[in-house]
Amino acid sequence: MSTTEVLLQQLITGLSNGMIIALIALGYTMVYGIIELINFAHGDLFMLGGFLALTIVGMLGLDATTGNATTFVAVGGLVAISAIFCGSLNWTIDRLAYKPLRRAPKLAPLVSAIGVSFVLMNIGLFWGGLPMDVFSDGVAAAAPKDFPALASNKNLLGEASDIRFTVKELMVLVITVPLMIGLTMYVKYTRTGKAMRAVAQNPIAAQLMGIDVNRVIGTTFIIGGALGGAASVIYSLYNNTIHFQMGYRAGMDAFTAAVLGGIGSLPGAMLGGLLIGLVRAMSDQYIEARWTNAVVFTILILILIFRPSGLLGARLREKV
Amino acid sequence: MLQIDRIHAGYGPIEVLKDVSLEVHEGEIVTLIGSNGAGKTTTLMCVSGLNRVRSGRIVFDGHDLQDVSADRIVHRGLAQVPEGRKIFPRLSVRENLEMGAFIRNDRDGIEEDMGRAFALFPVLKQRQTQLGGTLSGGEQQMLAIARALMSRPKMLLMDEPSMGIAPLLVVKIFDAVRELNREGMTVLLVEQNACLALKLAHRGYVLETGEIVLSDAGSALLTHPRVREAYLGEV
Repeated sequence: MSTTEVLLQQLITGLSNGMIIALIALGYTMVYGIIELINFAHGDLFMLGGFLALTIVGMLGLDATTGNATTFVAVGGLVAISAIFCGSLNWTIDRLAYKPLRRAPKLAPLVSAIGVSFVLMNIGLFWGGLPMDVFSDGVAAAAPKDFPALASNKNLLGEASDIRFTVKELMVLVITVPLMIGLTMYVKYTRTGKAMRAVAQNPIAAQLMGIDVNRVIGTTFIIGGALGGAASVIYSLYNNTIHFQMGYRAGMDAFTAAVLGGIGSLPGAMLGGLLIGLVRAMSDQYIEARWTNAVVFTILILILIFRPSGLLGARLREKV
Repeated sequence: MLQIDRIHAGYGPIEVLKDVSLEVHEGEIVTLIGSNGAGKTTTLMCVSGLNRVRSGRIVFDGHDLQDVSADRIVHRGLAQVPEGRKIFPRLSVRENLEMGAFIRNDRDGIEEDMGRAFALFPVLKQRQTQLGGTLSGGEQQMLAIARALMSRPKMLLMDEPSMGIAPLLVVKIFDAVRELNREGMTVLLVEQNACLALKLAHRGYVLETGEIVLSDAGSALLTHPRVREAYLGEV
């Protein structure tokens, strides 16, 4: 493999992982944008989406040998179901744990979010212990679970090519890109999308426009959660393994991506996710995988020194 | 149209409004003047439902507003132009106006009203694609008024529209309010600039440390010794 090919390969891997991180990062940035809460439970919500997907895969008996057409429908279905599940769960969490704290000091819901994170993680641990074939019949609930390779490793550039761009990578793009475009259009052009931005910018003024602020916040949790749910299916199919603590790692990357891009900014979260994915891939290749976390955070610290509100963060100040 | 009946309100242990009553009839401009901290903004916040009264009643258009949430009060036909304008800084001028029409679904009517807003304040038309936060203070005030009108309210609550704005623009804004009133809009105007407000208003109330101390026709208050001394800077 030539050096150019290695670089190209790392770009493909980095971009694929980056798109997944970006999708999760959107959930952090949307919720932060609207109520200034770092929803630490978001990563674990994502994890539960993976467990739900694996449960369904197990119940339907899908695996790598399932026919193409069936797999195609199944993946679409899994993404949709997981999105609905995570969206509803996120909405419920907001109602139960965060909504009563809207007028409380910002630290209170933050601590609640950390609490919810642990609760969800334990639910994931319990879930992994259920007596199902796909969970190894619950032996070692905490062990990583294999996720069947529904999307294959077939190289779309031909088996002769050294660079691998597989069905999996194509799947990541085919699912993430439309979701991101769809979200951007939704927030930019729809009535609810505009109301979301209005509430984020000035909740009091939004109320004076007749906007039901809590309803808009609820919608934000649903959409952010749904994107996390979709991301969980893609992540599971891409990595072929899930684990009850995977939300912590993925959530950390995604949260970092959101801050790097400018928390509260949708394009920022997308850009941040891509950058984190790319930096990870390059660091794995050219430095050493065990240094990757240090590299990622060093870059984050450096960027924040020069741009404290992130790459695309809002710098426009409200006139008083 | 609006009756505020012996309301008490405050924040924590501090009582800001002590037994405030006032009335605004349909088609009137009524002004509430008073110095900083007298409770003018608190009064408007209570009417808009952003602050809850501890006792007393607020009745708008025959309905008690007790327990009606702030967003639902807008549906009843009350719109507020808030203190400090509270423009959405990263929404365009047009989007700000669209948010003003949030409670409506009649696309054609909204478009028509947007045309009216642009006729009232032509500068907003020129700036419709610009972000709200990039407008000057006076332009933001115009946008705040136009935005409030977009809900087609029966009554407009205005909080210190002259604050921090160039005198020339203040005149324009007050002219616009007069024009709106001529077309039938009922207005409750809170102002520190007593002279301007009393010249514009049919009737006025003077609020001092949470209590109404005077009320009369605007022109009568303009010549009232107490008002002249305390609010018009004359001895």
